[in-house]
Formats: sequence, C-alpha cells, structure tokens
Amino acid sequence: MTRRRSLLALAPGLMLAGLVLPIAAGLLGTAAPAVSGKGFGALVQWPGLPYATALSFGTGLVSTLVALAITLVLIAALEGTRSFVRFRQALSPLLALPHAAAALGLAFLISPSGWISRALSPWATGWDAPPDLLILNDPMGLAMTAGLVAKEVPFLLLMALAALPQTDATRHQMVAVSLGYGRVMGFALATLPALYARLRLPVFAVLAYGMTNVDMAMILGPNLPPTLAVQITDWMSAPSLAHVPTAAAGALLQLALVAVALGLWLAVELLLAPLIPALAARGLRCRALDRPAAALARLAALTIAGSLGAGMAGLAIWSFAGLWPFANALPQSLSLQTWTKALPDLARTGLTTLAIALAASLAALAISLAALEAEARRKTPLRAEGLIYLPLILPQVAFVPGLQVLALSLGAKGSAATVAAAHLVFVLPYVWLSLAPAFRGWNPQIGLAAASLGTPPDQIFWRLRLPMLLAPALTALAVGIAVSVGQYLPSLMLGGGRVETLTTEAVALASGGNRRLIGATALMQMALPALAFALAIAAPRLAFANRRAMLAERGPT
Amino acid sequence: MTGLRIDDLRICRGTEELLRLSAHVAPGEVLTIMGPSGCGKSTLLAALIGALTPAFSAQGRIWLNGRNITDLPTAERHIGLLFQDDVLFPHLSVAQNLGFGLRAGGPRNTRTARIEAALARMGLAGFGPRDPATLSGGQRARVALMRSLLAEPAALLLDEPFSRLDHALRAQIRSLTFAEAKALPVILVTHDPEDARAAGGPVIDPMGRRLTV
Repeated sequence: MTRRRSLLALAPGLMLAGLVLPIAAGLLGTAAPAVSGKGFGALVQWPGLPYATALSFGTGLVSTLVALAITLVLIAALEGTRSFVRFRQALSPLLALPHAAAALGLAFLISPSGWISRALSPWATGWDAPPDLLILNDPMGLAMTAGLVAKEVPFLLLMALAALPQTDATRHQMVAVSLGYGRVMGFALATLPALYARLRLPVFAVLAYGMTNVDMAMILGPNLPPTLAVQITDWMSAPSLAHVPTAAAGALLQLALVAVALGLWLAVELLLAPLIPALAARGLRCRALDRPAAALARLAALTIAGSLGAGMAGLAIWSFAGLWPFANALPQSLSLQTWTKALPDLARTGLTTLAIALAASLAALAISLAALEAEARRKTPLRAEGLIYLPLILPQVAFVPGLQVLALSLGAKGSAATVAAAHLVFVLPYVWLSLAPAFRGWNPQIGLAAASLGTPPDQIFWRLRLPMLLAPALTALAVGIAVSVGQYLPSLMLGGGRVETLTTEAVALASGGNRRLIGATALMQMALPALAFALAIAAPRLAFANRRAMLAERGPT
Repeated sequence: MTGLRIDDLRICRGTEELLRLSAHVAPGEVLTIMGPSGCGKSTLLAALIGALTPAFSAQGRIWLNGRNITDLPTAERHIGLLFQDDVLFPHLSVAQNLGFGLRAGGPRNTRTARIEAALARMGLAGFGPRDPATLSGGQRARVALMRSLLAEPAALLLDEPFSRLDHALRAQIRSLTFAEAKALPVILVTHDPEDARAAGGPVIDPMGRRLTV
C-alpha cells in the first residue's frame, strides 16, 4: 500500500520528465548535425530560403490572426443566442477532423477541377476542361492559410468556450449591456481581457502550428519551392544523408522563426493591452457595431462549416464515383470498385492506425489520471504544469527528426510501438487539456463523505471519482485518438517507411491523381476519430441511463 | 406616464407559470419583490432588462416613462442593474470603471471632473487610480452604484445588492443607494425583510400578492 502510494506520488514528476526528456533529446538530436556549420552554409545557399521564411511568417501570422478574429467575433456577436447554439453544434465535431482530411476535402472543393469550378462550369466560366490555374498550392500560400483558418476556428472556439465560465463573463457582459453597451463593444471592453489571458496558450499553439505544419502544407501549400517545414522534411527523408546538416540548420532556423513570431505577437499584445482600459474609460457604447458583426460572424461560421462539410462530402462521393468527367457536378455513375479494391490495404492501415492511437491515448489517459490523482491527494497544485504544453508550441520539425535519431540508436525505429510512443508526446497535452478541468472540478465533498465512511483513497478513486468522471475521461480518450490519428510527421519519421498510417497514406496519395483512392483513405481517416467521439458520447448515456444527475451536464433531455 | 409600469407580465417555463405581476413604480418609489430563493425573483429581473434565456417565455408589457420597452434589447432600455456583488471589472482602475459607466462624449477633462466629483460624493476622493481589488466591500459597493448612476438610467433594479455586506455596512450602503436613486423608479429584489422595511415602499411576492413586513 505504502509502496503504491509512493509510486503514485511520483506520477506528476514522471509525466513531466517523460515529456521533457524526449523533447530535449529530440531537439539535441535534430540540431547536432548542424554543429559543423556546413549545414548553415548550404541552407543560406538554398534559393528558396527568403521566400520560405516569409511564407512561414505570413501564413502563420495571418491564419492565426484571422482564426482568432473570427472566433472572438462569433462569441462577441452571437454567444447566448439560438443561432450560436447551432453554429457551435456544427463547428465542434470539426475539431475531430484530421488536418490532412480537412485539407484534402478543401483541395477537392477549390482546385481547378474541384466542386466549385464544376458548379460554375461551363455556364458561368466557359470552361470545358479544368483551367490551368494555380488556385491550389498557390505561391502566396493563400489556400494553405484558408485551410488553416477553417481548421483552427473550431479549436479556438471550443478553447474559448471552455475558458469563458472561468472569467465571470456572463455577469460582466450583463453589466456592460445594462449600461447601454452594444454586445461587441461590451465584450471587447469587459470580457476580452480576462478571456484572452486564458486563450493565449491555444493561440500560441495555433501560431506555431500554422508556421511549421507539414501535412496541410504538402496538400494545400506551395510546391516549388515548398514551405520551410516541408523542405526540411524532404531533406531529412532524402535517401542520401548529404542533406541532413542542411535540414538540421533549417530546423534550428524554423525554431528561431517561431520564437521570433511568438515574441512579436507578445510585443503587439503588450502594445495593445493598455488601449482597452483607455477605450473603456471613454464610455463609447458602439451599439451600431452589433448588426454588422453578427452578419460577419454568421457568414464566417457558415463558410467554414460549409466548406469543410462540402469537402468531406466531396471525399465521400469521390470514393464511390464511377465515371465523373469535368464540369459534371455529380458522377455519372456510382461504384464500389474503389472500396473493394482498396479495402484490404485500407483495413490493414486502419487497424495499424487504430492500434497506435489506442495505445498512445490509453497511456496518456492513464498518465494524466495518475498525475491528477496524485495532485488531488497531496492537495497542492502541480508544479511546472505549463511544461505539458511544450509539444504544442515547439515546431515538430525541430525535434521529431532528433527523436528519429534517438529511436535509431536504440534500435527501435520502424515499429508501430515506436510510433505510438512518439505520438504519446503529442497526445498527452490534449488529453490533459481535455481531462484536467473536469477532474479538478469534481466535488471533493463526495470524497470526504466516503472517507468519513471509512473508504480508503484508492477505493474512492476507483469506485467514486473515476466512474463519476467516466464521460470526461472517455471524451479525453477520444480527443487523444483524434490527435494520434491526425499525426503526420512523427508517424512518417519514426515509422521509417515501415509503418503506414491512414495519415501518411493520405498525404502520400495527395500528390498523385487518384481522387477515388484519396477519397476513400481520407474518409477512413476521419471515420476513426468520429467513431471514437460517438462512443465517448454514447457510453456514459448507456451506463448512466437511469441516473439523471450524471447526464445533467449534457443539458435537459 | 412617468415611472416603470409592468402590465400583466407573465413568465412561464414550459407550462409552469413562475410569476404573474402588474405594478407601477413611480419615480422616487421603491417596489420590493420578496420571496425565498428560487421563487423567480431573478427571472423577473432578467425579464425587465430583456435578458430572459430562451427556456422562458414571457407575455405582457413593460413601459418606462411612457415608452413601451418590452421588445427592446437590454442596451436600449436604460435600466441600471446592481448585482449581489459589485461586479467591478478587475482589469480597469476605479476611475476607468466609472468612465465605463459614464455616457460617452465630452472633452476629457469634463469626464475626469465628473468622475472625480462622483468619487468625492461617495467619500472616495482620490481613489480613481486604485485597483478595485484593493478596495473594501463597502467601497466597492459604492463604486458599483456610482457606475450604474453615471450611465443616467431611467430606472434601477437591485438584485439583493446588500446581501454580501456585513450588518453595519448594509444599513449605510442601503440608505446611500436609496438616497442616490431618489429620482428613479427602483425595484428591489430581496429575501431580507429588513431590506424591504428600509425600502419603505410596497412589498409583494412574484405572484403580485401584497406582503407585510
């Protein structure tokens, strides 16, 4: 008993060490080949460098700014209204959509031979064949920026809605409005400062991801030259080792760029922060802002939900399409041929993906529960909790290649277990983020009541706390599965070409032209997280079907 | 007709009728709604300021100084609201909180002068630059009251605004509030008979029945 309890007490420390050590090793392993200096020379001579640097800044900052603005306007103009409930219901499931599947869906929508072009041709455009336009993979990275915005708004929205109740927002807003303020102005002056303080970390994660992501950039981003992160990945995975020092130098540059962008963002925050109190003191009510802001918010939410939804529908239809010549809005015939041909491969890849996702998320859930329970028992808040979020802010290209080196030297490269271990680093923060508020919000008086009846702490955990937290625990597990299924770079690098996941397959197919196979693969890729979330919602309802208080948080039935 | 008139206001949740009320509150009068918690007092306040959640349905009319405000959004009703706690904005200084309430416009020094005059009136001269978190409960209550009044409301709703104050302070803030709001129709919601007595006006329950305290 004593021994077990002391093991549990170590859980928070072990968790943080288990995150920080691989990241540190990964960073070192990635950077080491650059030490000779040769890499930097080669990097500077790469003609694409200035462009890739500008692209990293541009797409990252613009997509973050636009996604944040849409999220805030949505909340400011519509929170508490009936239409907000609908937008929330439409946008939240999109969080589970893997980045690659979202990007592929968008690509099917906006490419010269995509749905929009088909819908307008030939009657409006006069096109009888797909036009030779660079809509997709455009050199400015506009398609990629749009894809990032569409994918990040649901994330930021859910993060903001989770933070809102902690900021006394409802009453602040009520005071502002009863003093005559418009919704939007009242939100900006009275609610935003406290909300933003809690939203900063997710915003930073979005910014870092936007600057450095590989999978969306490969599908929607520019090709010649590609983004810095994609180029680094290419150098790293080239068969000859000649480019490894260049890649290492590039990874260090990418890390520095993210640091500079985060610093820049913080500096602008510092400059803007005093404006809000100064503006508040002027008493401007700005009620006229509400109508246009609400219209803008509706338009943005509809566009995002509509385009991602249409993208998914496009993927599904392509996977069943027979002959589908250009300018036809729908295929001339439907067939199961794609699925019957691809299913054996897809099933195998899907099972590998699922096994990796389950292993990583179950481990992350167990670790999080142990660390949270240890925290609850010693009754002092966890130290250095912020470290958990490190993997969300560090660019993957800056440390995943180092993890690959580490795995290689341990002789563990190229197995599903290795990939799962690498996924754990990225799954854990999200599982923690999803689970910790509910775990910490559990009414401690229930534990106290049980303890006063003579129940030992382990029993309280297993028989009371965990069953009562079944719904959030399963949601956290589903979040973990969604994150794992969506991982591209860690699966590619740690898998070493021997472990195929649905995501590595989907991205690899993207550059080819087989739309039917792309559709089928992407559909499988989004089905796994969707299934996980459906189970996470259904299981507690079945388990507690006749326990109204256990289902109360899900609203009146 | 001046004052706040409630014309056969009925609020239901589903088929359950929570309150039914007709009343007229003249300027300078305090109408007290009293009842135990959960009896629909807060629902009434939400209906009066136009912040009823979609779970409730309301019928009837509300008039303020002869204007039908039943369907106006909260921001256009000119009804001030004081909560149980002060709900001062933690990121603004005391003066900025008051400036938030003060109607927009006017040169900066006029605004500053009005804020300083309001502070002096509350016995808080020189408190402008302070962080609201460093104020005592009574001081915060006075700032919140002043913030509401600087917006020049046409009526004032009080949602148990004295219940968090200790006994000695409560009487003081209460008489200050009624004195400052003396030109306005005031509706006070409370479960404390002493508040109701001090208000001096009629006392009713959410179904409109007259109570004696």
